[in-house]
Parts: sequence; structure tokens; C-alpha cells
Amino acid sequence: MTEQSSRQKVFLSGNEAVARGAYEAGVAVGTAYPGTPSSEISPALAMYPGVNVEWSVNEKVALEVACGACFCGARTLVAMKHVGVNVASDPLLTLSLIGVRGGLVLISADDPGMHSSQNEQDNRIYARFAKIPMLEPSDSQESKDFTKLAFTLSEQFDTPVMVRMTTRVCHAKTIVEIEEPEKIEREYSFEKDTQKFVMIPAYARKRHVIVEARLKKLENFSEDTTLNRIEQGADNSLGIICSGIVYQYVKEMFPSASVLKLGFSYPLCKNKIRSFCQSHKEVYVIEELEPLLYNDIKAMGLNVKGKTDKLVTGELTPNRVREIITGESSDIVPSAPGRPPVMCAGCIHRGAFVTLKKLKMIVTGDIGCYTLGTLPPLSALDTCVCMGASIGAMLGMTKVLSKEQRNKVVAVIGDSTFFHSGITGLIDVVYNKGAGTVMILDNRTTAMTGQQDHPGTGMTIMSEPTESILPEKIAEAVGVKMIKVIDPYDIPAIEDALRESMNTDEVSLIVLRRVCVLKDKTVKRLVAQVEPSLCVQCKQCLTIGCPAISSDMPPKIDMHLCNGCGLCVHVCKVGAITCKER
Amino acid sequence: MQREINKTTNILFAGIGGQGIILASEITCDVLFESGYDVKKSEVHGMSQRGGSVNSDIRFGAKVYSPLIPDGQTDILVAFHPTELERNRPFLKSGGKIISITHDDADAVSNPKVSNIFLMGKLSCHIPVRRENWENVIKNKVPKAYVEQNLAAFAAGISQEQKINNK
Ligand SMILES: Cc1ncc(C[n+]2csc(CCOP(=O)(O)OP(=O)(O)O)c2C)c(N)n1
Repeated sequence: MTEQSSRQKVFLSGNEAVARGAYEAGVAVGTAYPGTPSSEISPALAMYPGVNVEWSVNEKVALEVACGACFCGARTLVAMKHVGVNVASDPLLTLSLIGVRGGLVLISADDPGMHSSQNEQDNRIYARFAKIPMLEPSDSQESKDFTKLAFTLSEQFDTPVMVRMTTRVCHAKTIVEIEEPEKIEREYSFEKDTQKFVMIPAYARKRHVIVEARLKKLENFSEDTTLNRIEQGADNSLGIICSGIVYQYVKEMFPSASVLKLGFSYPLCKNKIRSFCQSHKEVYVIEELEPLLYNDIKAMGLNVKGKTDKLVTGELTPNRVREIITGESSDIVPSAPGRPPVMCAGCIHRGAFVTLKKLKMIVTGDIGCYTLGTLPPLSALDTCVCMGASIGAMLGMTKVLSKEQRNKVVAVIGDSTFFHSGITGLIDVVYNKGAGTVMILDNRTTAMTGQQDHPGTGMTIMSEPTESILPEKIAEAVGVKMIKVIDPYDIPAIEDALRESMNTDEVSLIVLRRVCVLKDKTVKRLVAQVEPSLCVQCKQCLTIGCPAISSDMPPKIDMHLCNGCGLCVHVCKVGAITCKER
Repeated sequence: MQREINKTTNILFAGIGGQGIILASEITCDVLFESGYDVKKSEVHGMSQRGGSVNSDIRFGAKVYSPLIPDGQTDILVAFHPTELERNRPFLKSGGKIISITHDDADAVSNPKVSNIFLMGKLSCHIPVRRENWENVIKNKVPKAYVEQNLAAFAAGISQEQKINNK
């Protein structure tokens, strides 16, 4: 490697490369709500000079903020995980009609295999639904290049552009050649054009016609672009059509096959596909999740082979790609199941679940670290649908349950999730005279996805201090009367508050507030110790599922892991555990 | 370890969230990248990091395609935890190498906080990269106050591995 080239090459994750691509394209605004596997894009973008980046309150707002910036001519990047696009789908489907002024690129980070998600929906479907182009990078170099190009295409075709990443592209690191950023000399201004920007039926009908014509132009581009390329194999016996990370698996396992690589995967390059199929004896379509390409190509009357139904679920791997073509089943399984994730030692959420379990509450849950409260031995969270669903589900249950059960329903929701989509649910409960208890587990951060700031933390992603919004003030403003703010390490207080709210017929709010132990590393913490001579081996301390407590009897507490929360001290009936200064 | 020219080498790091696996794999990849190899690595962030099993796949050679190691093709398994060693053994190629902390190492790893770098010292004996390259990257990657400690752990790893190989 020469000095020159080594200086221009860097080793980046797919997410970091997306941020680099946006920076090189002269992006002015970046918006996002965190979500694995997309969360590292915005922090990387915020490191570049001249870009205004924000953590939005949720994905819908992220896209709406992006709309405003783009309408004034600014290039704008919006990033979210796959399920975030559901939240943003309302503005997305109509933004497709409006088009753009400055380029608008939406990153959808899908999670085939559900490494850290509640479903594995295939967001390639959104490009078809919204009638917008889709690019699918297969490594970090392409993540950068495609993101950059997407801004040009967005402006050229007057459309938002979607770049679909997947976990294995987002979180893989590969070598990237970087370039200097483009000099975008633009005066951002808003020029009125109601027929474009105001989607009332009369104008939207006209825009729909324009969108259909746009799709035709995009189809022609898809035929011409080198993003859709044929790599000729050793002979014409085997051809493989693929996109995204699957391309890398195909090259790994079938180095001598011909490959039609779809970097611009929607709209389809039908002519290229047809001639590829006609010039190869046997053609396979290999794709993760839904058989979308397969069905489209079959519908063209072409004879191609796809994968078995079994592989519609889960992610593909190099070995599974081989299995599709040779039929040779080749998954190797680990010799034991992996360790499940657990709440950290000292997690502020644990005591709430111990108490909810003790009182035999019916717990509608939400999404965050606290969702782990559903796993044994806590086993105290009973539903989880999507972000924000806990409060609505609580109301629905109270509408139909007997009075005795009704008072046992508790909605458990994190602080970031409350701001994301819990507020509307809470208003619904108050408005519709609902009952039940809403418990906000307020650890002053978005912990599950890696400690991002949110409207309650008093900090922006640009490291600027800002207003810190308190959930209980919002609750008060919308008409909740019974509100308690409690330290989550104070277990008797949690129990008292729950008992009190069980005995009332109106909605009440309990905020459990203390900073996440992972976020605040400066605090001097206590450490718990077992006095073996007092231990009666009742195993009560094992019911709280703390990773610092060993299961041998009498139990030992790992002082490096222990954060001194005192929950084990509380549950120990014989006083064999005490907390001390370190 | 024998290596054909142009052949990709596969290293699998396996352990539990919180053991410093991601830092160790960052260091290894930087070393390989700066030594002129094509390198790819893959790992999963998010939920699994809360004390669950964590793997990191590292692949290097002249040209690497998949960031995931094809099943059963692992040349070197670096195990940060005994249960994860057993769990991941089936992914090892026959004749593949296992690097872990053994009984013989007990005295050499004085500080459990830098055992990840101790393992890197052992690993470095099986990768054709100069020792200075490793040391430079370690100096860049760990906080200033801990550089000495980490370099010592790295050196201890090397001498332990050499002892074993000379037996
Ligand atoms: C629509 C949507 N966006 C993003 C995510 C990713 N996600 C999962 S949990 C979570 C936030 C958790 O934060 P909080 O509610 O504060 O709970 P904590 O993890 O801090 O306990 C996010 C952003 C998601 N699952 N769904």
C-alpha cells in the first residue's frame, strides 16, 4: 500500500460509512431516532463539521423535520431501524407524491434474524409501496458510495430515495476509500409552490400522475446504471441474482458463477434480468426474507429458482446460500444455547419487576431494557407489541376485564419510549376515563440502544445543553391527578404506591427515576456481601435474576459486577446480605 | 500455522458482553488493516451485549468477500470465556487453533481487566504481523493511563504462548 492510498483508506462500519457518504454529499441536516442496527449513523454524522444533526423524538417526527429542511433546498439524511419506517410511513407515502427540493435520503436498517428487534419485516416492500427507488449496499464502501449517489438521484428524479441496510452491513467493518466532501454552494430558501407542497386531493391527483411517470424514468435508469451489473462467471451454467449482503455470500461460496448484482434494486432492471436469465442455463434468485425478487421475476415469465419456504424466516449466511443451490444442509449449530441477555447488576428496572411479580399484577410492557423483565426468574412483563403500545394496551384491558382484575393492570414504559409514543396513549387514557397504573421507568437515557440522549436528558446529540422535559409535568398537564416520583431502589415505596393506585378507579402515574448504572460511571457505589453463617440457603436472592449473584450455596456476590442497589438485601429474609462501602 | 497465499484466514472471538471483546477485535482489525491486508469484521450490537453471548468474526487475506465466517471454517478460535469456548468449538475447522486462558496462564494474567489484551498477545504469535504494529495500535486504542498495563499484558501473552509452543 502506498503512502498516498493508505491515507485515503479507512476502516469503517457500514453505519459510519453512511455518515461519511452523506458528509461527502454536502448534507446539511441529519435526523434520526435510535434503533439497532441503525443507531451509530447519527453520532458519526454529528462528528462532521457543518451538519445539523438531531435525535428526533420518534421516526415520524424525524422524517417531518427532514421534509422541512429538504423543502428549503437542503440535503437531508434520515436514519432509522426497519420498524421505525412503520412509524414514519405516513409522511413517507405522501412525501413520495411531493418529491424533494434538496436531496432526501432515508436509511432503513433492517434486522433479518432479529438480533435486536421485535420483528423481521422486509422493508424492500416499502420502496414498492411508496414508489420510490431503493439502493442496497453490500459493504461499507458501497454504503458510502450509494448514500452519496442517493442524494444526486433524489434531486435528479425529484423523489426521496431509500437506502436499505441490514444488520450484517451496518455492523460489519470493511475498508473504505474516502473522498473530499462536495462543495455545495446553496442559499437555502423556501420558494412557494402549493401544487407541489400542499397535498390536497386536487393537487395530489396531479402529483400521482407525475409519480407514475417518475417510475418509468427510474426503470430506464435501473437498466443503464452500473449499480446493476453482471459479473460474468467461468461459463454460462450457473447464474445468481442477488442484492445487499447476499452478494458477498454468493461470491464467497460460488466464486465461478455469474452474478447479476442489483445495487439499485427497485425499480427492477427487467431487460437486464431477462437477458441474464436467457444466457444462463440455470438461474437462482437468492434474497433474504420475502421472495420479492423471485416473485417479480417469475411474473415476467422467466424460469428461475428460489429458496425453500423455510428460509423466508431468519437471515441468510454463506452456508445457507450454498444450501439453496446445492441442497446440502450445512448449518453448524453451537454445542449449547447462547447465554440470554440479562438486566445489568444494579439495573434500576429490576426492583419494579420484583414488586410487580410479588403483587401479581398484569403488566402491559413496552420496548427497552425493561422488556427483559419478561424472562425468568423475573417473569413479570406480560405483553410487548411495539414502542408505546403499553399504555393503549392497558386501557384496552381495563375496558373488558372484571373490576378485580382491572385494578391489577399496570403499563410499564421507559422514558425514551414515553416521549417516542407513550404521551398520545396517556392522553387517550385520561380522555376516555380509563383506569390502571402507568409506571415510567426513567433511567435518564435510551439504554437499550446504547445510551443516546432524548428529550428528558437535557442534552442534544450535538452535546449542547437543552431543556430537560419531565414526564410527570406532561402527565399533570394532560390531567393525571395521582402522580408519584420514587427512587427505584426504594422497594417498599414502590409497593406502597402500587397498592394505593390499585385501590383507585382513575389512572395514576408512578415515575421511577434514577440514572442508568451504565450511564453514570462516576458514582461511588456500595457493594453487597453475603454472611455465610447467617444464610439459610432459601435461594430468595436468586429470584431477582442478578448476574452478580452466583447460584452456588451459600451464594457469592461478584464485587466487580455488583453496583450496590440493595435489592438482594431487601429480599433476603434473614438479613444475611448487607451493603457496605467499597 | 500454514497459510496459502490468497487464502482468507478466519478468526472467531467468542465471549460474554462486557469482556472487552469489541475492543480486542477493533485492535486486531486495525493491526491487519495497517499491515496491508483486506479485512472484514462482523459482530452484533444491541440486546445481546447485556451480558449475553458475544461473537466477533474477523477475516483477512488478499481479498475478502463475506464478513461472516462460513460455518466450520474458523482457523483460530479466541475464547474469552470457558463456556463460550465449548459452545463455539463446532465452528472450528479440523486442525484449527484454540486460544484461551489456560491453567498455565493463571499467574501471568495478574489483572482480569486486561485479559483481553493478554489474549491478543497470544493471538499475535499466530498472525504474520510485526509486534510493533500491535503495540502501536494498542497505544492508540486504550486510554493513556492504561497503556503501560495493556502493553505489559500483551507482552505476557506473547511469552506465555511462546512457552507453550516450545514445549
Ligand atoms: C419504532 C421503533 N424505534 C426504535 C426502536 C429501537 N428501540 C428499542 S428500545 C428503545 C428505547 C429504549 O429506551 P427507554 O424506553 O428509555 O428504555 P431503556 O432501554 O432505557 O430502559 C429503542 C429506541 C424500536 N424497537 N422501535
